[in-house]
Amino acid sequence: MGSDAGTVTTVVIGAGHAGLAISQRLSGQSIDHVVLERGEIANSWHTERWDSLRLLTPNWQNALPGYRYEGGDPDGYSTMPEISKFINGYAKSFAAPVRPNTLVTSVKKTGDGYLVQTSAGIWKCRSVVLASGACNKPAIPKIADALPASIRSLAPMHYRNPAQLDTGGVLIVGASATGLQLAQEIQRSGRQVTLAVGEHVRMPRTYRGRDIQWWMDAAGILDRKIVDEDDVLRARRVPSPQLIGTPDRESLDLNVLTGEGVSIVGRLAAIREETALFSGSLRNCCAMADLKLNRLLSEFDEFASTTPGIDNIELPERLMPTQVAQRTQLKLNLSQQNVRTVIWATGYRPDYTWLDVPVLDQKGKLCHDGGVVGKAGVESDGLYAMGLTYMRRRKSSFIYGATQDAMDITEHLYNFLDRDAWQRRNKSLVSNSIRRIENIPQSTHSANYRRFGGI
Amino acid sequence: MNNVAINPNTIDNGVNVEALLGAREALTAAPAAARFQWRAACEWVRGTHSRTSIQSFSGLGEEQSHKTSTSFDTDHPEIFASEDAGPTPVEYVLVGLAGCLTAGVAAVAQNRGVQLHSVRAVLSGDMDIQGILGIDPDVRNGFDNIVVKFDIDADASRADIEAIVAQSQKRSAVFDAIANPTDISVVVA
Repeated sequence: MGSDAGTVTTVVIGAGHAGLAISQRLSGQSIDHVVLERGEIANSWHTERWDSLRLLTPNWQNALPGYRYEGGDPDGYSTMPEISKFINGYAKSFAAPVRPNTLVTSVKKTGDGYLVQTSAGIWKCRSVVLASGACNKPAIPKIADALPASIRSLAPMHYRNPAQLDTGGVLIVGASATGLQLAQEIQRSGRQVTLAVGEHVRMPRTYRGRDIQWWMDAAGILDRKIVDEDDVLRARRVPSPQLIGTPDRESLDLNVLTGEGVSIVGRLAAIREETALFSGSLRNCCAMADLKLNRLLSEFDEFASTTPGIDNIELPERLMPTQVAQRTQLKLNLSQQNVRTVIWATGYRPDYTWLDVPVLDQKGKLCHDGGVVGKAGVESDGLYAMGLTYMRRRKSSFIYGATQDAMDITEHLYNFLDRDAWQRRNKSLVSNSIRRIENIPQSTHSANYRRFGGI
Repeated sequence: MNNVAINPNTIDNGVNVEALLGAREALTAAPAAARFQWRAACEWVRGTHSRTSIQSFSGLGEEQSHKTSTSFDTDHPEIFASEDAGPTPVEYVLVGLAGCLTAGVAAVAQNRGVQLHSVRAVLSGDMDIQGILGIDPDVRNGFDNIVVKFDIDADASRADIEAIVAQSQKRSAVFDAIANPTDISVVVA
């Protein structure tokens, strides 16, 4: 057990964009809190991303509560140093109470709040916001266990640039933004890339002359709420679109990669001895992605033709269908074909190994209703989440999506503290017969929770 | 079935989608009941002719049974010097794929409120028998290409019909069994 670090109303875990967004809102409501950060502000952005990565969203979307991008290139895409600088500037702008180099090792429920154990002492608090990110650990499929030991297995969070790889071939598993970006970069470095493609989301960088994110935002697609989805789990599983942020706003899709010499194969189905086996479902996966893309573009066309004030856009167009070879490759002998590296671009998952509160489902996923953590039907007990994929809205995992979510979560948290404080005063009223009702403050709706003293 | 009465747009492909969605919900809560086992029992008749019968299976946590037993004769055609007492086993693979994808088309269309008028599928599976005859070890035994061509008349656009066919593949057990490797143990009792 560590030493006592202090008592505070709310502990926010993680000083990325999501944790800072909620910190800004909590500050606005005078809810005393600290933001615990295992490393430095915007840690993942500058320690767990590859060198060439730029955001998939244009700079004008770099906006957080009370703060926005004000540089000279609103249509550009931030590099990792740039976004890290932006988030650090945000923390400074409202003097966020960040405790860097403070690793949370456990969060436990107590009778009236939480104990947050860290590498720098124990915090006591009434409520906790989990803003530690949706991408802490690579989600590597079990198939990886069958990979021969002589072949290097690499997660994108440990990839920096092609120079760190053996000069032999590379198998990249997964065809969302990460898989496609790495496939292009590594193929261009002279290494033969094979890309295993399952279900994916195809999207051009620009459509009718405007950024696809402009269309998604303007047409209200990113504002869609999780409560309106028939199938929440499926909605949250949708992979990230095949996008890349480059200065000349290039599109990146399977046709582009085929043109550059990348070998496109089906989903990795198994590794048997030295041979990787790929699914015969490639054609269907590509057909589905093309159909969904065309549906999306039709939605944009419909939006453009029915919304006044959308001028200066180019004519509607449709992309060339994804070209799949006449005979798809179902096998790759890794040693014969000199494949030296396998990169698992199969997504990420959050790490909650330190969360000692029973709020994970049988598959280890956090149970929450729009960021209010708890199993279905169980009322929130002051535990919240921020920054998860499609947490409340499509844009929840986007930087600017944190704004609306932070406001909603802060409002819920505020009401929770308010109700909680009222209940606790009532409880003590019952237990303490000497106490007279006139002694109870009339207002249960104070803006300053310091008065309730946290625990 | 009072499906039609429940469904305001009176789409009826004869698929009880409510029951399927109900099962999906129930099995999400009780994943163990979702374990099924499908079985077949085969008896050699003569030459390349065998007869396989199907009746029992298990699922929902207990033994189940089809209403009746069905038997299937498999043989090879006369050009293989056989008596052609029934389809070749590989043709039954196409039977399974056709039945599975078509059932999927009906279910997905029902779920999406699309009325089907007719669904026809023509299947072909290409094979180089140098594989099974052991002439060339680089040639595989099984199909090297399967094409399923659907001809669907429905109250929907071409894009919507294509989306239904795509979704049917995504949810098809036989499509998956053919497209992806499966562990097989063949043992002697």
